Amino acid sequence: MYQYDQYDQAMVDARVEEFRDQARRRLEGKLTEDQFKPLRLMNGLYLQLHAYMLRVAIPYGTLNARQMETLADIAEKYDRGYGHFTTRQNIQYNWIKLEDAADILADLAKVEMHAIQTSGNCIRNISSDHFAGAAADEVVDPRPYAELLRQWSSFHPEFTYLPRKFKIAVIASANDRAAMRLHDIGIRIVSREGKIGAEFYAGGGMGRTPMIAPMIRDFVPLDQLITYAEAALRVYNRYGRRDNKYKARIKILVHELGAAEYTRQVEEEFAHMLSVGVEPPLAELERIRTHFSDPAFVDGPKTIDRSNPDFALWVDRNTHRHKHDAHVSAVISLKPVGGIPGDATADQMRLVARLAKQYSFDELRVMHTQNLLLPHVRIADLHALWSALDAAGLGAPNTDTIEDIIACPGLDYCSLANARSIPLAQRISERFAQAGRTEVVGELKLKISGCINACGHHHAGHIGILGVDKKGTENYQLSLGGSEAEDVSLAKITGPGFDEDGVIAAVEKVTDVYLATRADGERFLDTYRRIGMEPFKEALYG
Amino acid sequence: MKILTGNDLRSGAVTWWNGTGWSLFVDDAVDVGDEVEEILAREVATRRVNVPYAIEASIDASGHVRPAHIKDRVRALGPTVRRDLAVPTADKTGWDWVI
Repeated sequence: MYQYDQYDQAMVDARVEEFRDQARRRLEGKLTEDQFKPLRLMNGLYLQLHAYMLRVAIPYGTLNARQMETLADIAEKYDRGYGHFTTRQNIQYNWIKLEDAADILADLAKVEMHAIQTSGNCIRNISSDHFAGAAADEVVDPRPYAELLRQWSSFHPEFTYLPRKFKIAVIASANDRAAMRLHDIGIRIVSREGKIGAEFYAGGGMGRTPMIAPMIRDFVPLDQLITYAEAALRVYNRYGRRDNKYKARIKILVHELGAAEYTRQVEEEFAHMLSVGVEPPLAELERIRTHFSDPAFVDGPKTIDRSNPDFALWVDRNTHRHKHDAHVSAVISLKPVGGIPGDATADQMRLVARLAKQYSFDELRVMHTQNLLLPHVRIADLHALWSALDAAGLGAPNTDTIEDIIACPGLDYCSLANARSIPLAQRISERFAQAGRTEVVGELKLKISGCINACGHHHAGHIGILGVDKKGTENYQLSLGGSEAEDVSLAKITGPGFDEDGVIAAVEKVTDVYLATRADGERFLDTYRRIGMEPFKEALYG
Repeated sequence: MKILTGNDLRSGAVTWWNGTGWSLFVDDAVDVGDEVEEILAREVATRRVNVPYAIEASIDASGHVRPAHIKDRVRALGPTVRRDLAVPTADKTGWDWVI
């Protein structure tokens, strides 16, 4: 994985000391909150319902054991013993003190981490396929390109004050595991006639106006990647609305201009930027790429002893085919039945770090589904890994099932939320697990957001739930038919909302419809697409 | 009644105006009547509290202060899903009224 060079380290160290001085001046009363707020947000420090919250960037979701151990140490030393992994492959701490914040950033800097650009109207952490570098279906490892974009976008002087926040995802396979087309810019690395380049998509997003990004270029040569991204951002920065926060994302600009006109303007800017010469030399990409070379995979058993049914179920649910056939990628579920999606204790983080060292070439990933992943596990080690995870309560065999719920922090933590998300996730997973329905229902992606900002990706859920404020009480809108994968689609609202008990009952009813009408091999989403909304509405409101 | 709440500058903890300072306990909150603007201006100037604001609340039959809006009730007690991290309170019925 990528290791900082002297420039990376110097930039991060300098930012720590700059923030230390800013925090000191705030604590001494020399800065008002209005003056300090934009400075703390540039370093990922929010003020949430109960305390300050620090969001730490995990570039493209990749980290090593030492970094994970540091995240555990921070949870224990400065927080309340746990952290929350997010839908953008970051980690958040919920109970941070302002007087500790600079020390935390200094601890992070020692392991090549930071919280820069995890907030504010700038280019945020670049996300990617959590199976990158391991997946059998990828053209190349997308992370060197994500890293190049990270370096380009870090402290980019022109893009520090964009009209709104800006999120980029980079993948390199036909299967989309990063919700690529629901990002402001989505990039798919492709191979055309033996040459590697990039498909560009622009103007996707969730939030109050969800949009699927249209393709704006089907092939950008590698030696023009940054120039094209620069052109796409420049057009947005110039014409994106700054008078209305709710219409300021690039998706609104692309929608209002039309994809063709936005593309025309980007191409015009691109032609100009090619003459300016902003593209880094390919040697830099090659330098970065050397950090992502394959670990020393070894041959070994390619078949798995499935005689233990619990282990076999976990293998079926939580492992993924690897490009080296004596290995698999193994998902560590942070969705125990009745648990809080994405939360991990310091002890759990340390265990995962140890297992990454022991079984996955010192590498692990944060998934946008709020789970963790060991990307390179020898099949020969798989049972030992599962045994260690299971003993620690991390062996839930539920990836992509109705127990594997994405849920934002909601009104339990977030100052923007209108309703709680986590209790719904807990109750739904308990309800289905206790009834033995999880496996019967099979693949079903349920996503819950506590407000219209959609951090819980409810628009992209096979079943989506949105919490709203209805005259001071929590109310939940149900939607069906969303997908963030290569078959991307936006979920549609079923009808009037429900209270907490009502929406849980509603989820059961729509799964009843699915089980009664599904054809062989159909997932919930497939059945919905075949039979449409009406049978579900009839069951809910008829 | 009207009460004032904010977050402590150093810790970020939720605090409530008790008439002379800021308390961690909602039950200490006092009715500020029509002095909202005056108190807020003074307290913001001292910079010990972050973004204080006034909210509606009531006092129940047992004498406990109940913020009117669910968001402030959650702020008063802590995350409903981590009751082990709740603000210590003598009000044993707290979780019954937060939602």
